[in-house]
Amino acid sequence: MKITLDGKILSIDKKMTILELCRDNNIEIPTLCHMDMFSREDAGKNASCRLCMVEVRGKLVPSCATDIFDGMEIITKNDHIFEARKMVLDLIVSDHPLDCMTCEVAGDCKLQDYCYDYDVKGTTYPGEENHFEIDFSNKFFYRELDKCILCKRCVNVCNEFQASEALTVANRGFESKIAVEYDRGMGDSAVCVNCGNCVSVCPVGALVPKSKVKFRAWETKKIPTTCSYCGVGCQMNLVVKGNTVVDVEPLNGAANKNLLCVKGKFGYKFIDHPDRLTTPLIRKNGKLEEASWDEAYELIASKYRDAMSEVGPSAFAGLASARCTNEDNYLFQKMVRAIFKTNSVDHCARLCHASTVSGLAATFGSGAMTNSIDEISETDVIFVTGSNTTETHPVIGSRIRQAVKKGAKLIVADPRRIGLFDNAAVGMQIKPGTNIALLNGLMHVIVENNLQDREFVAARTNGVEELYELLKSYTPERVAKICGIEADDIVKAALLFGKADKASVFYAMGVTQHATGTQGVMSIANLAMLTGNVGRSGTGVNPLRGQNNVQGACDLGGLPNTYPGYQKVIIPEVKSKFEKAWNVTGLSDKIGLTVTEITQEIYDKKIKFLYIMGENPMVSDPNLDHVEEAFNRLDFLVVQDIFLTETAALADVVLPATSFAEKEGTFTNTERRIQRVRKAVNAPGEAKADWTILSELMTKMGYETHYDSVDDIMDEIATVTPIYGGVSFKRLESESLAWPVKDFNHKGTKFLHEGEFARGKGEFKPAEYVEPKELPTEEYPMILTTGRILHHYHTRSMTGRVEGIDELYPESFIEIHPEDAAKLGIKEGEMVKVTSRRGAIETKTLITDRVALGLVFMPFHFAVGAANRLTSSTHLDPIAKIPELKVSAVRIEKI
Amino acid sequence: MACKSHYVDECYAELKQFIEKLPTQKGALIAVLHKAQGIFGFLPEEVQDFVAKELHINPAEVYGVVSFYSFFTMTPKGDTPISICLGTACYVKGAEDIVAEIKEHINLDVGQVSEDGKFSLDAVRCVGACSLAPVVLIKDKVYGRLKKGEIKSILDGYMKGESHENN
Repeated sequence: MKITLDGKILSIDKKMTILELCRDNNIEIPTLCHMDMFSREDAGKNASCRLCMVEVRGKLVPSCATDIFDGMEIITKNDHIFEARKMVLDLIVSDHPLDCMTCEVAGDCKLQDYCYDYDVKGTTYPGEENHFEIDFSNKFFYRELDKCILCKRCVNVCNEFQASEALTVANRGFESKIAVEYDRGMGDSAVCVNCGNCVSVCPVGALVPKSKVKFRAWETKKIPTTCSYCGVGCQMNLVVKGNTVVDVEPLNGAANKNLLCVKGKFGYKFIDHPDRLTTPLIRKNGKLEEASWDEAYELIASKYRDAMSEVGPSAFAGLASARCTNEDNYLFQKMVRAIFKTNSVDHCARLCHASTVSGLAATFGSGAMTNSIDEISETDVIFVTGSNTTETHPVIGSRIRQAVKKGAKLIVADPRRIGLFDNAAVGMQIKPGTNIALLNGLMHVIVENNLQDREFVAARTNGVEELYELLKSYTPERVAKICGIEADDIVKAALLFGKADKASVFYAMGVTQHATGTQGVMSIANLAMLTGNVGRSGTGVNPLRGQNNVQGACDLGGLPNTYPGYQKVIIPEVKSKFEKAWNVTGLSDKIGLTVTEITQEIYDKKIKFLYIMGENPMVSDPNLDHVEEAFNRLDFLVVQDIFLTETAALADVVLPATSFAEKEGTFTNTERRIQRVRKAVNAPGEAKADWTILSELMTKMGYETHYDSVDDIMDEIATVTPIYGGVSFKRLESESLAWPVKDFNHKGTKFLHEGEFARGKGEFKPAEYVEPKELPTEEYPMILTTGRILHHYHTRSMTGRVEGIDELYPESFIEIHPEDAAKLGIKEGEMVKVTSRRGAIETKTLITDRVALGLVFMPFHFAVGAANRLTSSTHLDPIAKIPELKVSAVRIEKI
Repeated sequence: MACKSHYVDECYAELKQFIEKLPTQKGALIAVLHKAQGIFGFLPEEVQDFVAKELHINPAEVYGVVSFYSFFTMTPKGDTPISICLGTACYVKGAEDIVAEIKEHINLDVGQVSEDGKFSLDAVRCVGACSLAPVVLIKDKVYGRLKKGEIKSILDGYMKGESHENN
């Protein structure tokens, strides 16, 4: 196409709008309603503000909604256009307060900027004005509709991208306004999830975050970083005034594409919380007292020497952290291995995806998410099982809903009627712990209908015959009975999945946290291989990792059986490689202990010295009564954290660490993407970055370390970790890399197992359905399943200190079906006693039919009324050692 | 209006049946709301929530449509709902005078329901009968080309329990 743009002749060969063409040619066009988030096809979907007008053959056209065509002559600047745009602004300000001098967003307001550009001092159309009460009902932001210019960006981001569909334009004409259902307050909507994406896209001051600090845009600086909540790895700017984070803005990251959830957007307020640890603490006469770093280091070093000489390496264990950076975790496991001479280093990945690592390693050869998050948009059928995605990985939940809006079909299987059921073509409310039966049932129907990918199976896998044999007995009728669902739904789901060109599976702890977790994961792998849905874009087996850096903590060797990069500790060549690289002798060649085993060995007084970095097992681990008793039996407990957590409160030495906003480093998200964490503010008091603490302490303990900065650590990681072989801080400045990154020329890996599985041929691992360890009995007639909720993160050490979040969800609760509640005579909000074979707690009831009859659900976040006082630490998956956190038999009593 | 109370299960059953019989649910929102208002007499939040759930859309979208069209109402109507058109043609032809006459005659303002629940008055935009301007709708009946004073006798007819033209 030949296009004339402001007199310049251009040759363009792709479809685009005039606005896109102008931007490509560095011509600035003013826009208010336009959003870059819309795809090309939807570019002009909104087109309501009329500010982006340009001239085509003497006529004004909105550039955002007009496609270019051959021979088009476009003029972007002349008096006619200037006056037209000026009139648009004039009309907008006719019903907009001109209080810029006190407006919170002055300096960050597009209307203000354009009025300046177009010399609009006020309106020439004085008349009626709208006056609304300011709506403060939402905990995180307020709505000042007088300032709203009805650009509908908020409605679009909420409906099309966040896909919550909470916002609408209510009324008509002059009375039009942005509203939630029934014009309730923004905080009173039953649909809104407080993600704040509407606030982020508001071009004026109509939707404004509630902030304790008054700030002007020009007083702030913006530091791009990675969100520290959950494994999605959203990219965002921390907006900083002085030494305080005052706001967060979403960035166009590979995974989040300009979206954030409530935790990412508003959950930063823990950073400068007065509860932050600011000095080391040492227990003296039973009480934790402030101490100097030297004192703390000396004490740890001397306790280390004592335990080593008295008992030896078996006296030690360490818990690494899925919240700390890759560099922190690398140094941590290096300390445990090179100084404590043991492989007993683990972290809470054991409690979430240990069975993924074992299950996928056995079938595919690599235990990570096979495909990237962005590929959700190209998949035809998405099967979500055992993942409450919209709450636990909110932005991935939104990406799935976006895909469904674009025509993808969604299959959901979960014991609770989770949010995604509303978007599902088939939703199956299965009994907890029946995943394997369901997966076998789906494969039974697929084989029955000859929908398996014979070519893929023949060329790329082993062992399908055995699977065929096993599947025979898993008829839809039998499976329906086991799972408590309709046989028809199984058939419908299987046909959808089997017929899809590109199908992908997303799962989380609903599959993994079972005594048969590994088999559950293997069954998912079987389904994907059977249908040829691995090793291609838009397909895959996608375990959604929980914490921000749980992937990285595993990658960098925070596991008892592997060095960084999943290099096995039992292989002599690997051991000698690390002995050489670390300049030590005598690394252990034995597989170390897992989290649950460590607790047991402490209980048995075999482990004397435990070092915990950024974990809170006193809330997160199963059977808390047992954990507490064990920790009380320790000779020496070091806890390194940013708050005095329930676990830190039991420690002999507490070391104050820095939050993600105060340090440099990298997190690896659930799709294996290695992303930068950048320092935005100074740490409080004497707190130090985890890697600094570890590095200094290692020297004190006699292992000389020297790292000038955190990128030195990444350089060392790259030399010993083949999957991180080509990673450097320098590259991460301009590139987005997902491992394996083999060398400095390798661009990283979007999806795994292309052409060949990591282990060569894919291995079918047929698994029979086995009942959960605990079933309802007369004494414990109900089944408790645990999980997470949107607003809280892990053990609440951070989110519990965020105003708003803690007001909304301050305490432990239990979801119970209305009929069960009626049977027990329990009313909404009443306290009940919940007892399992491990212990008893008191908690508040929430009556809802989200849970099935006989099932109750509790979030595990809360230390008081803790769900994990009820869960078992002994019903373990024999391979992965993950406890069966999803199924505990309980009794509920009215208090 | 078959159903006056939104607590009555049969009303919901009737609406559900209507929705189930639709050839497609896509784009059926306005037709469903029309039916719902016919059944319930008005569209309280519970009814809109029900419609949203049945049509697999969100309540905000339903509310957006309900609040857009002046035909839909979220408050209960009188036994005899009066709608006066204030569209351009009717306005020019003196619709405002008719509003004043109604107020004077039965003490009812736009948006109100009379104390005895007998009448309610709403202003609507164009009803598509501009040639008959000014237009008033009472129940389902259209009264066009109204002249000064006529509305009073029409209302008197309804007050006696019969319509102006004996139907």
